[in-house]
Amino acid sequence: MKLKKTLFVALGLAFAAGAAHAQLKVGITVSATGPAASLGIPERNTVELMPKEIGGQKVTYIVLDDASDTTSAVKNIRKLVSEDKVDVVLGSTTSPNSLGMIDVAAESQTPMIAWAASSRIVEPVDEKRRWVFKTPQNDSHMSTAIVSHMTSNNVKNVAFIGFADAYGEGWYEQFKSVAEARGIKIVANERFTRTDTSVTGQVLKMMAAKPDAMFIAGSGTPAALPQKTLKERGWSGKVYQTHGVANNDFLRVCGADCEGTLLPAGPVLVADQLPDDNPVKASAMTYIKAYEAAHGKGSVSTFGAHAWDSGVMLQAAVPEALKKAQPGTAEFRAALRDALEGMKEVAGAHGVFTMGPNDHLGLDQRARVMVQIQKGAWKLVQ
Amino acid sequence: MDFQIALILGQDGITNGAIYALLALALVLVFAVTRVIFIPQGEFVAYGALTLAMIGNNVFPATAWLLLGAGVAVAALDGLGALRAGQARKLPRVLAVNVGYPLAVIALLRLLPLAELGLAVQILLAMLVVVPLGPMMYRIVYQPIAEATVLVLLIVSVASHVAMVGLGLLFFGAEGYRTPPLSDARFDLGSLSISGQTIWVVAASIVLIVALALFFGRTIYGKALRATAINRNGARLMGIPPALAGKLTFLLAALIGVLSGVLISPITTIYYDSGFLIGLKGFVAAIIGGLASYPLAAFGAVLVGLLESFSSFWASAYKEVLVFTLIIPVLVWRSLTSHHVEEEE
Repeated sequence: MKLKKTLFVALGLAFAAGAAHAQLKVGITVSATGPAASLGIPERNTVELMPKEIGGQKVTYIVLDDASDTTSAVKNIRKLVSEDKVDVVLGSTTSPNSLGMIDVAAESQTPMIAWAASSRIVEPVDEKRRWVFKTPQNDSHMSTAIVSHMTSNNVKNVAFIGFADAYGEGWYEQFKSVAEARGIKIVANERFTRTDTSVTGQVLKMMAAKPDAMFIAGSGTPAALPQKTLKERGWSGKVYQTHGVANNDFLRVCGADCEGTLLPAGPVLVADQLPDDNPVKASAMTYIKAYEAAHGKGSVSTFGAHAWDSGVMLQAAVPEALKKAQPGTAEFRAALRDALEGMKEVAGAHGVFTMGPNDHLGLDQRARVMVQIQKGAWKLVQ
Repeated sequence: MDFQIALILGQDGITNGAIYALLALALVLVFAVTRVIFIPQGEFVAYGALTLAMIGNNVFPATAWLLLGAGVAVAALDGLGALRAGQARKLPRVLAVNVGYPLAVIALLRLLPLAELGLAVQILLAMLVVVPLGPMMYRIVYQPIAEATVLVLLIVSVASHVAMVGLGLLFFGAEGYRTPPLSDARFDLGSLSISGQTIWVVAASIVLIVALALFFGRTIYGKALRATAINRNGARLMGIPPALAGKLTFLLAALIGVLSGVLISPITTIYYDSGFLIGLKGFVAAIIGGLASYPLAAFGAVLVGLLESFSSFWASAYKEVLVFTLIIPVLVWRSLTSHHVEEEE
């Protein structure tokens, strides 16, 4: 009996001690395997570089893999908020996963910072999306950059080919609305899939429409296939791609066939070429140096930088929230949400974040640049 | 659409169709001999292509470690079996074949200057690494349950497919690779320009199909496989061990898979999970052949290739839908025309 009592006391003490030295718990679900793995792996690697201590609090990261699957992502966030009782959730990599996680974040009143691009993750800011923020640029940021480059280069007719999924469809809608408002005509609209072994049919149809420029909306190395086929069929005009191809694997696979390709991208892609007075340059270089020190030169990608930016946000917001409450409590989570929403001019690797009650992304035109592939490298277009 | 576009699309369709034909033949072969619906067939395409890409990039291909691991597992299974049967003198041979061979391949890969070798030698090396995985896979996965029902074998196939895709991600990473073309030549036939790679693909497929026909018609092993496919128990009574037939079949299937990978990887970027869809299209072709007829399966493969390339011109968003919908009228037609025969147990 006595022994039992001692044990209880000891346990109680242990819990009390745990509460006194509360630590910040960050739950992460990332698509480190499955179709989105080429985005998820650099993101997971970036987590290892995130701050280990913020505002005097030790930070613990709990990383789960969702295999690019929405059901697993939702299961992961449920586990993170109910079992691990995390203070904030980061991720996931893809838009469908992040959209699925919104309900759980809102229900458990846990702030969530998504690493996926769809604007629907944070718009409109309603009762549920109050708790949700995201770091990647909206597609509309990127499509306005492309369209204004097209208008200033006298492109009137464009042939479009995109992924036959939410990515291609979303880009088509975005691009169409912006392009038509500026008087650009879309003369062909084709689709292909990530796993296609040939896009000759689509490319022939696009070339038959005699456009001034081709626009390929695909992400990662699969987007090289239409461009290689265009080259093979003798197309020598302008080709636009989206920021989804902004990684070095794309350059490797596409090789000389992608010379001259134009694309919008986050400034981190060409950070060393930015003018020194650009507010993003310093913060982007910090990330690149940290990542390359850990994973080797030339290993950095823009996708990992989205994860890094969520760490930057935490570093800005957590000290504010700590003034109001201790981690591990509902009050702290609410305070952290308020602090994230109140962020002003926080420079990350992809741009400068200024949030507001109706803007849970907070990026402006400083978050994108036009880039051209020249001699197998990314070159800033002035 | 004018005549020239139709010609280009036709050429494209036949190139892809030739590769689907190879895979369809392998699927029909494996099903006929072992009753396994071999879903991991596509993984051999991806493993072959990516192992070649690794060798070409002067990287040690991690598939060699899989070869060693599988070899050790087979040696353990066969060694234990031999010991239980009191045939300890078989042990050295079991060890030499299953552990010695992978070690020799690993040593070869470590010692040779991989990137400086000619493409032909690189392809040979890739085959030395990946092809033996076929019979090893049969020994580890299918041989212990060789008498199970088709459904059980199918489910085990799904499991092996998932395992191989996972290992593929571990070995090759998430990004895709292309390998250099076997030939850079271009031939102009009137308005049509044919690439050397296309000719390679079609010619290699035809050569392989003829070689398979000769193998089945003229050699004792080929005849043994045919006998097993026609009547498993009868073949056993004639002294054909089913385990040997199974291993031989899987060796051929893996060989065809790796060759398809080598042929297709200069045409398109191959990812660790690309094999599945390519294999699935071969499967549609095999279904057209009723999983039994080789010529019909080859014809079906060309049909799938042509349908794919023409539908990508007319309705690119629905391309896959059209290709896989093809299976429905084919199944209806087959079930109306063929008489159902009960599977003999």
